[in-house]
Amino acid sequence: MIATGKAVVVPGTNVDTDILYPGIYLNIDDPELMKPYLFEGLDPSLRDQLVGDTVLVVSENFGMGSSREHVPLAMKASGVRCVVGSSFARIFYRNCINLALPAISCPQAAEAAKAGSEISVDAAAGTVTVDGREFSAAPVPPFMLEMLERGGLIPWAQHKLARS
Amino acid sequence: MGYTVTEKILLAHSDADHVEPGQVVMVRCDVVLANDVTGPLAFRQMEKMGASEVFDPAKIVMVADHFAPAKDERSAILIKRLKEWSLAHGVVFYDQGRGGIEHTLLVQEGLVLPGSVIVGGDSHTCTHGAMGAFSSGLGSTDIAYCLAFGEFWQVVPGTIQVTVSGEKGRFVTGKDVILAVIAQIGAGGGTGNVLEFVGAGAQALSIDERLAVSNLAVEAGSDTGIFPADEKTAAYLDGRTDKSWEPVHSDPDASYSRKLAIDLDRTGPLVAKPYNPENVVSVSEVAGTPIHQVVVGNCSNGTMTDLRQAAEMVKGKRVHERTRMIVVPATQKIYREAIAEGLIDILVEAGASVSTPTCGPCFGGHTGALAPGENSLATINRNFKGRSGSPDACVYLGNAFVAAAAAVAGEIIDPAEVVP
Repeated sequence: MIATGKAVVVPGTNVDTDILYPGIYLNIDDPELMKPYLFEGLDPSLRDQLVGDTVLVVSENFGMGSSREHVPLAMKASGVRCVVGSSFARIFYRNCINLALPAISCPQAAEAAKAGSEISVDAAAGTVTVDGREFSAAPVPPFMLEMLERGGLIPWAQHKLARS
Repeated sequence: MGYTVTEKILLAHSDADHVEPGQVVMVRCDVVLANDVTGPLAFRQMEKMGASEVFDPAKIVMVADHFAPAKDERSAILIKRLKEWSLAHGVVFYDQGRGGIEHTLLVQEGLVLPGSVIVGGDSHTCTHGAMGAFSSGLGSTDIAYCLAFGEFWQVVPGTIQVTVSGEKGRFVTGKDVILAVIAQIGAGGGTGNVLEFVGAGAQALSIDERLAVSNLAVEAGSDTGIFPADEKTAAYLDGRTDKSWEPVHSDPDASYSRKLAIDLDRTGPLVAKPYNPENVVSVSEVAGTPIHQVVVGNCSNGTMTDLRQAAEMVKGKRVHERTRMIVVPATQKIYREAIAEGLIDILVEAGASVSTPTCGPCFGGHTGALAPGENSLATINRNFKGRSGSPDACVYLGNAFVAAAAAVAGEIIDPAEVVP
């Protein structure tokens, strides 16, 4: 699957789930209603850059902390098509894959991207293109690639139910 | 090549004929857990999957603990949905006043057995590794899949072996063991791995202290923190379960991705400074920092052991006038036991406010939020920016001795100065 969008750079290493989406808003279970609180503890003005299709550019150990799926749900609902960074915390990474939001490890691309850069990500080919420059990403394991291509865990489950 | 305890558990819960780190396997669950935040979100996802039945009602537990007692209408609706869904599907539901904080509760109720697999819609599900289980936090879509099919995809993790040696000092606890580990490997240092705790120092830890250690495994990025079951585990489970279980241990020739050593003889009480649990220093390095709120409780340190430590520090003293002290027994049973033992009276007499079991003050949800400029010393597991209220507040993490000592002194202080 290929994801494209304008870069929104989220600064800092070890960006945790609490600053991405503070705990006080966890009693919301509709993704549309989660959107106004994304990045609330980090920099609410980042939300202003979420116009049209976007690709978040992040650093190391992004998404550490809570299992709260509110973070990738609010990202998807806000038009984020992909997250490109150096490394991801486990549960955040799982949540992204399950929601068919590619989380791609490609430190060089993350380094090269500026706010507004045009980014294109080909998860299967393992490439990230930033303003025309192509970078090699860490390969996405076959299982995760299949999950992304099927549209995430919900279609995966629908398929399993249909077969049974 | 032999297997680690984690590899053995995953192998026994999958259809694979061998496992190795990096491999993706479908793993069967013995317990699936969710709460009032992650449960309703999972139910939405389960509906979208088109799944109307759960895989096995006897293996599912729902606990109202995050926004319970409901802080507002929206929270009340989530708890109501959790309850109604649980009744409709015939699964165990712990309402407020009947259970407590999910992780302490499940262990206390004997629902977590060595060698089992438990997943929860809460990152601190890693706590159950203290019982020799593979336990891990998952998001709500994962939990939805587990509710419907009783399995989840898992990348077989590597194992970081942590050998704990030496003897704890007077005011050193399990909390300091895990803070010392996080200090060594960093907040992302355990990613793709589990922490396995071995050695005489690990075996000497009580179950309460092991819970505190395993609870913060995710703060090092690890899938879980596991204590292979021993006689302490067996003694704890005696009378709590009538199910049979077998201890699982790593083979002598198992391979580890990394080996760490923690020497308790050289470990004093520690504090993790804002805004990352890896910012670990000795208490003396931050002594004198004014503290406006102290929290003793949550899923890492709300046990009887912690309440005894807190009561010992404040007995016959007053909480400093600058400071508010909040104590949260982790479960209803612990609450009653603390009353019977006189601990609650000691704490209340000193000026502490004692809360019903809830996650509220830990995650900034309710009952105990911080104002800008305030500092908290809490026995919780996260000191992220804005974790417990204002992003302009600071949370310091420490054990119950250190927290209660700060409550008395109004500043961070070596507990030995409060109770010589």
